Amino acid sequence: MIIKLLLLLGVVLAALFAYRGAPGALSLATRRLALAGTLVSAAVAIVLPDLVTTVAQSVGVGRGADLVLYGAVIVSIFVWIGLYRRLHDMEQRFVQLNRAIALNQLTDPGSRDVVR
Amino acid sequence: MSGAPTRVSEPDLSPIGTGNVIVIVPVYNESAVIADVVRELRTAFTHVVCVDDGSADTSATLAAQAGATVVRHPTNVGQGAALQTGLTYGLGTSAEYFVTFDADGQHRVADALAMLEVARAGEADIVLGSRFLETGSNVPALRRLVLRAGILFTRATTRLAVTDTHNGLRVMTRHTARQVRLQLNGMAHASEILGGIARARLRYVEVPMTVVYSDYSRSKGQSSMNAVNVVIDLLLARARYAR
Repeated sequence: MIIKLLLLLGVVLAALFAYRGAPGALSLATRRLALAGTLVSAAVAIVLPDLVTTVAQSVGVGRGADLVLYGAVIVSIFVWIGLYRRLHDMEQRFVQLNRAIALNQLTDPGSRDVVR
Repeated sequence: MSGAPTRVSEPDLSPIGTGNVIVIVPVYNESAVIADVVRELRTAFTHVVCVDDGSADTSATLAAQAGATVVRHPTNVGQGAALQTGLTYGLGTSAEYFVTFDADGQHRVADALAMLEVARAGEADIVLGSRFLETGSNVPALRRLVLRAGILFTRATTRLAVTDTHNGLRVMTRHTARQVRLQLNGMAHASEILGGIARARLRYVEVPMTVVYSDYSRSKGQSSMNAVNVVIDLLLARARYAR
């Protein structure tokens, strides 16, 4: 059934996203497009539930609600991975900032925190 | 040597002198003991740098008063990060040997000096302290169990036959210090350094040392539960490293 392939593809892409990909967060534009796409899909699913059912049945899923659930799970995985990556990168930059301040203060004669 | 003018910044304290050695001490809330630790270090080492990792107490001031150079992180970011800041600072000086030393009074200056001599002999890129090379070790039982697990984990992941995988007392050459680039900010730095040694195939030597356990230092030591964090940090780092 097509849905199995689609879901597997989603999982593989999520794994690639987690372990590969350029370091750093996805670009702001990419994230915004993804969010917009998700919101639009949600709106469509709410307004046209019959459309959702039709699409679901075309990929081998009995109920529209089930397709929505599967999609939500895949999207969630991407969201968690994305948040972890952003958090980790932000933490690294935070440490670099602390380090720069720590080392720069030593050579700045005007700073009150210079000790020796 | 006698008759030559003595430079104020480099007192000749030992037969060889420690002018080209820098001691890095990551500090977090150790105001109770840091002054004593620094003073003791200063009896043997000229250059002591304390990296204050955003302590909430007066550790930084006390360390400076005791004669250390103090570098302060504005906020607390972790012992690994503090260690890396110390190494970066040291690389900005002309130091040839880098000693990492704990701030809680558990390490002995005599051990550091002995390890420095091994490093100077030129046989190793990094000298690692070990509590387990000699019998009669005074490590508490539960701590010993957790450390055994750490040793097995390190052997499995790095294939290094190190007897003490979590010892903060090290001496490394400048060349080695340049290659250390600690990414894990918390307590996983010991494992991270070992991983780096394995990857870069650095020559390492273990030298026996004794840890001075006091009620104070025992309460400040890493909780055994923190081993969970260390393992997870390392596994995540391996996953990211795959990128």
